[in-house]
Amino acid sequence: MQEQGQYKIHEAAVTDRDPGTRSLDAICINESRLEHRWYHSLKYLAVGVLFGILMVKAEVVSWFRIQEMFRLQSFHMYGIIGSAVATGMLSVWLIKKFRIKTIYGEPVMLSSKTFNKGQVYGGLIFGLGWAMTGACPGPLFAQIGTGSSVVVVTLLSAVAGTWVYGWLRKKLPH
Amino acid sequence: MIELIKQPWPWYVAGPLIGLTVPVLLIAGNKSFGISSSLRHICASCVPANIPFFQYDWRKEAWNLFFVLGIFLGGGMALYLLSAPHSIEVHPALLQELAGYGITGTDHLVPGALISWQSLFTLRGFIVMTGGGFLVGFGARYAGGCTSGHAITGLSNRQLPSLIATIFFMAGGFIMANLILPFILKL
Repeated sequence: MQEQGQYKIHEAAVTDRDPGTRSLDAICINESRLEHRWYHSLKYLAVGVLFGILMVKAEVVSWFRIQEMFRLQSFHMYGIIGSAVATGMLSVWLIKKFRIKTIYGEPVMLSSKTFNKGQVYGGLIFGLGWAMTGACPGPLFAQIGTGSSVVVVTLLSAVAGTWVYGWLRKKLPH
Repeated sequence: MIELIKQPWPWYVAGPLIGLTVPVLLIAGNKSFGISSSLRHICASCVPANIPFFQYDWRKEAWNLFFVLGIFLGGGMALYLLSAPHSIEVHPALLQELAGYGITGTDHLVPGALISWQSLFTLRGFIVMTGGGFLVGFGARYAGGCTSGHAITGLSNRQLPSLIATIFFMAGGFIMANLILPFILKL
């Protein structure tokens, strides 16, 4: 354990005051037991850079491509999403089959999702917004990078939408 | 080679590479690929306002904020270093439809006549940017994820709830693009 100086191992502590909040979420339940120094996160910055380049080069971040997709005028986006899912599925299957570990030696954990009505209502609402802005959250960050500074307004509106959801959450059907 | 990179990349190159983000993040440190959560972390770190949904240790999810910062930087690098100037090829029927709303020119990833600072002060631009952005943020969190968390990660892990979410993402998109957006663009 020569890396012990770099990170400390501790039990995952649930700091959430609202039970179920994390399990409702797509990613927040992925609790690694390792705690790293901040510079370990630089590798995610690097993956993000590659991902941003990919999305711009494939024009996934183009408003026009999204409009074509929802008018069935182009196969491009369906090809991207379809082949991405196929590759992801094969990768996850291989990870499970060969019990591949992370670079820190932890077993890879993937959480199951439980159904709630949010996937229907929220999904529909998200879709309405996606076709207006021509961007889901990832492309918003990439579009700002490509110099469309006004997309900061769209991003802040999305942050506001997230906040209002958190505020109204208890009153919404799930 | 560099000339080839500077062209737009076809779907069968970009799609599988996007899919590889899922195993890369898992192997790099057990991270589930998902982007809209970054918006929640921004709320939790900046305006938690004592709302239980934002009371968690967002620092543990800081990797997600590094990731989206990377997307921002990568977007700029792709455009300024790795692209030859070109117009985006758009389906003629869409071009014709958009011209009817006064939206012309495809030399940017977003149409300047709709998504720009000038347009923000028009009714339709304001609705598309602030209204659309709000729906994206609200809907993604309500659904528990967006295109990356549900449509890519969730489907890769064969999760039925993610399939349901993806179907409704698409349904919402079809309704907006074909039935509602035409009225907004006419404003």
